[in-house]
Amino acid sequence: MKLPDQITAWFDRRGWQVHPHQQAMVDRADAPATLLIAPTGGGKTMAGFLPTLADLADGGHDGLHTLYISPLKALAADIKRNLRTPVDEIGLPIRIEDRTGDTSATQKKRQRADPPHILLTTPESLALLTSYEDAARTFAGLKRVVVDEIHALADSKRGDQLMLALARLQTLAPGLHRVGLSATVEDPAAIARLLARHPDPCDILMADPGPDPDIAMLETAERPPWAGGGAAYAIPAVLEQVKQHKTTLIFHNTRAQAEIFFHNLWLANEESLPIGIHHGSLDRVQRERVEQAMVRGDLRAIVCTGSLDLGLDWGDVDLVIQIGAPKNVKRLVQRIGRANHRYNAPSKALLVPANRFEVVECVAALEAVKAHDLDGDPRGPGPLDVLCQQILIAACSGPFDADALYREVKTAGAYADLTRAAFDDCLDFCATGGYALRAYDQWQRLKQQPDGLWQLRDPRSAQRIRMNIGTIQDSDTLKVRLQRNRGGKPLGEIEEYFAASLSPGDTFLIGGRIVRYEGLREMVVEVSRNASRKPKIAVFSGTKFATSTQLSNRILDMFAHNDWSGLPAHTRDWLALQRDVSRLPDRDRLLIESFPHDGREHICIYGFAGRNAQQTLGLLLTKRLEETGHAPMGFVSTDYATLIWGLDAVIDPAPLFDIDALRDGLDRWLAGNAVMKRTFRGAATIAGLIDRNVMGPRKTGRQMTMSSDILYDTLLKYDPDHLMMRITRTEALRGLVDFGRIEAMLARIRGIDLIRLDRVTPLAAPLFLEQGRVPVSGSADERLLAEETAALMDAAGLADS
Amino acid sequence: MNAHAFTFCGARLSALPSGALWWADQGLICVSDLHLCKSERHARRGGAQLPPYETRDTLQRLSDAVEATNARQVICLGDSFDDLAAARALPETERLFLTRLQAGRRWIWIEGNHDPGPLDLGGEHLSELTIGPLTYRHIAQPDAKGEISGHYHPKAQVRTRLRTISRPAFLVDCDRVILPAFGTFTGGLRSTSPELARLMHPDALAILTGPSAHPIRMPR
Repeated sequence: MKLPDQITAWFDRRGWQVHPHQQAMVDRADAPATLLIAPTGGGKTMAGFLPTLADLADGGHDGLHTLYISPLKALAADIKRNLRTPVDEIGLPIRIEDRTGDTSATQKKRQRADPPHILLTTPESLALLTSYEDAARTFAGLKRVVVDEIHALADSKRGDQLMLALARLQTLAPGLHRVGLSATVEDPAAIARLLARHPDPCDILMADPGPDPDIAMLETAERPPWAGGGAAYAIPAVLEQVKQHKTTLIFHNTRAQAEIFFHNLWLANEESLPIGIHHGSLDRVQRERVEQAMVRGDLRAIVCTGSLDLGLDWGDVDLVIQIGAPKNVKRLVQRIGRANHRYNAPSKALLVPANRFEVVECVAALEAVKAHDLDGDPRGPGPLDVLCQQILIAACSGPFDADALYREVKTAGAYADLTRAAFDDCLDFCATGGYALRAYDQWQRLKQQPDGLWQLRDPRSAQRIRMNIGTIQDSDTLKVRLQRNRGGKPLGEIEEYFAASLSPGDTFLIGGRIVRYEGLREMVVEVSRNASRKPKIAVFSGTKFATSTQLSNRILDMFAHNDWSGLPAHTRDWLALQRDVSRLPDRDRLLIESFPHDGREHICIYGFAGRNAQQTLGLLLTKRLEETGHAPMGFVSTDYATLIWGLDAVIDPAPLFDIDALRDGLDRWLAGNAVMKRTFRGAATIAGLIDRNVMGPRKTGRQMTMSSDILYDTLLKYDPDHLMMRITRTEALRGLVDFGRIEAMLARIRGIDLIRLDRVTPLAAPLFLEQGRVPVSGSADERLLAEETAALMDAAGLADS
Repeated sequence: MNAHAFTFCGARLSALPSGALWWADQGLICVSDLHLCKSERHARRGGAQLPPYETRDTLQRLSDAVEATNARQVICLGDSFDDLAAARALPETERLFLTRLQAGRRWIWIEGNHDPGPLDLGGEHLSELTIGPLTYRHIAQPDAKGEISGHYHPKAQVRTRLRTISRPAFLVDCDRVILPAFGTFTGGLRSTSPELARLMHPDALAILTGPSAHPIRMPR
C-alpha cells in the first residue's frame, strides 16, 4: 500500500516525517497480523491508524472499516480527539465514533444499525456488540482491528475475552487484519501469538526504543519508616521536585495510599501549587476534570494510580515519581515511559520507597532497569470461565453449532490447545449448570434444537447475560455523594466493606477531602463536608501485585553482598542489626525465626516467594501446625515473609516443609479457605453462575459473597469435580495461591535454619504492622475456651471437682 | 463424648457438643430448630437461590447424633421445617433418609411457630409433651418449671485472653433449658439480648457447643 498524496502532503505541511515504523505499518497493511512495539510518544497510535486512513481516503468504503480497542474508556475518548485533528485537517471523509460504558443507549443503538467507519471501544463493549442478533450485519465489512496497549490486556482475562471476540469477528469478517500496539515487553513473541489468528504468523515490528531513562532514588532528609505504604516522610522532598519540574506524575500502588498522600501533600503545599488526584474510584466527572486540566497544562502534579498507567496522551510530563516499591520491573519501565513524550529525550523518574524494606527493593529495581532486565511469568492456557461466558454470548446472538464454535474458539491463541472434552464441559455447564446444579431452572440456559443447533432456552435471558458481560473483578463499591440538600454531588466510590464499618459521624478521605458519613440511602453513601476531624481512611482495594521472582532474587543477592554502598545508611544499619541479632535470609537456605511476643508464640518464615505464595504458605503451614497440635491462631504475609502466631512454639520446622506432603495435601487443605472462595466467586461470576448485575435493586457484595460461599461449600461437598471447582483450583494454583513459587522456593533451598530468639527481630518487626491478618480457628479456640471457662467456673465457685 | 452432664429437676441430662440434649435414663434425644428446607423456602420467596444441600447436612448430623447415643426416642422441638410448604417440598431422598432414621424409634414432632399443624410425615405431632418432671415445648413460657424449649437459637460469647469466641449455646437454669438451633444455616441470638436475659435466672449457665461442650455463667 502507498500513502495517498493528501496524507503525505499533510505530514509535509506539519513539517513532520513519517517515522520508519509508521511507514512499515503501511507497507504491511495486508499482513494478517502485526505487532508494533514502540515507546510512548513514538507515534504508535498513528502508525496503527495510517493504513486505515489510507484505505478510507477515497470515500469508497461503506460501513464499519476499523475497530480500535483500548483497555481504558478514557483512552478511547482521547484517541477520538487526537484522530479527529488529522482527519479533519487532511479532509478525509471518515466518520469516527466511540462506544464505551459511557455512551448513551440511543447512540449505541444507532451505531449497530449504522456503524461509523472507525469505532473506538473497549473489550467489554466489543463483547457486548458481538452478542446482538445483528452482529453479522454490523461487522460484515470490517477490515482492520487495532488493539492498543495490548501488553496491558495480555496478562488478564480481559485479554482472553478480547481474543475470543476477535475470533468471532474473524468468522463474521474473514478478511480481517489484526494490529497490536504495545509498550516495551519482555517477550514480544508471546504477545504476537496471542494477537494472531492461530496458527497464522504474526510479524513483530520493533520501533527505536529511544534513550535509556534517567532514573534514581529520591533523596530525603528523613528516613523511611519501618512499615506502611504511605511514604508521608517524603512529602517535603516530593514537593521540592514538583516545584523544579513542569508537570510531575506521582504514582501510587493503591488508591488508599494515593488519597492519603494527596491529603498530606496539600497540607504541606504552602505555595498552593495546582495539584490534582486521579484514580479509578473517583467519579468520572472528577476524573475528566483532572484530565482536561492536565491537557491544558494547568496542573503541576497529579497524584495517581494504575488508572494513569496507560498512554493517555497529554501534557508535558517531565517527571515521574513512583511511591512505594514497584513490585515488578516491567510495570516500572512502563510508568517511567509516561514521562516525556518527546521521542528522543530520556524520561526522568524517581523512586520513593515507602518503608525500610522497600528501600532494598527499590535499589534492586533500579539495578534491573539499568540492566534492561524485564520480568514476567508466562500466562497459561485460556481460562474456562471466560470461555463459558463466550458460549453464553454466542447464544445471545443466535443459534450456534457446537462444532463450528469449537473450531472458532481454537483460533484464539490462548485456546489453541483447548480439548473438545473441555469445551463440551463448558457447553454442558452453560446448558445445565453442571451436575449438582441441575435442579435449578435459572442455571439451565441452553437447549439443543432438533437440527442440532444450540440456543437460549428462554430468549429473555439474553438481557440478563448481556448485563453481566465482562471479566473485570473489582471488589464491590458504593457511590459516595454529598447529601442531596447540599447539591448531591458525586464524589467517587468506596469499598462496600469499608462503608459497612462506618457509623454516622465518622469521617473519611475521598478525592483528597475529608467528609463525614451521614448514612446510606438506596445504595449510595451520603456524606457531608467536614474538615475538622482526623479522617478514617477509605479502604480502596489496590492492586496487590506480588514482587516478581526476579526482584526477589536481586534482593537476596544484595543481602549476600558485603558491599551495601548502594543502600542509604539507615537501611544498612537496619540490615546490620538484623545480621547481628539473627541473620539475613539467603538464597540457599530458608531462614525461620521463632520468638514469643504478646502472649503468643511466633514463627517468621523468610521465603521471598511473593505475596501470594507467602499467603499460601501461611495457609498450608497453619494447617500442618494444627494437625501437629501447635494450636496456630493466625498469620500474615508480605512479599518476603510469613508470620504465624499460636499457642505453642515450633521446635522442629523441617517436617512442616516436606514438599510432597505440602503438594499432596494442597487440594484438601486449600479447599475450605477464603482464597479459594474468593477465586471461586470471581470465576463463577465470569462464567455466569452468579449474576453481578440483576434487574431491579442491585445485589450487595455481602449477599453475593454469601450465596457464592454457600455454592462453593456445596459443590465442594457434593460435586468437587464440578467445572467451576476445577476452574477455581487451576486458577488459584497459578494466581492467588501461586504454588509454583513455593515449589521453586523449596527447590532453591538446601536446608532450613531455625533460630530461636527471645524477642521480635528487626526484619520481622514490620510484619506486625502489616494489614490483612488471617485468623485461624481450631484447637487454639478449644484450648482458650477450656482455659477461660474453667477459670470462669472456678471464679463462680461452680468448678466440678 | 465431650458432653456436659447436669441434673435438671431431678433428671440427669447431657448437653451434647452437637447441640442435642440427651436424657440417658429415657433413651431420649432432643434437638430444636432444624429449619429443614430453609433454602427451598428462601428461593420460593424470591431470595438467593441456594442449593438445597443444607437439609441433607442437617439430617446427617441428626443421624450421627441419634446413632451415637442409640436413642429410642427423638423429640424435634419445633421449627423442624422452615414452613409447611417446605415440609411438603422435602425431596424424596431426604424423605427416605428421615424415614429410615425414624424406623424402630418413637419420634415426636413438636409444633413450632414456623411449622404449626400436622405434617405429612411419620411420627407423632404434638403441641407439647410432658415426660416425668420435664415438659418439651417450642417457645419458653415465663412461669414454667422443668421446661425444655428452643426457638431463640441462643449463642454465647466468651472473651478469652487472646480472642473472643462465639458459639451456639444451651441456656440452663433451675427452671428451664433452652436449646441452641441444630439446623445448618440458622443464625443466633446473643445470650445478652434482653429477651433471653429476662427469661433466665441470674445464676443461669450457658453451655457452648462445638468440638466440646463448655459451660460458663451465662454472659449478660
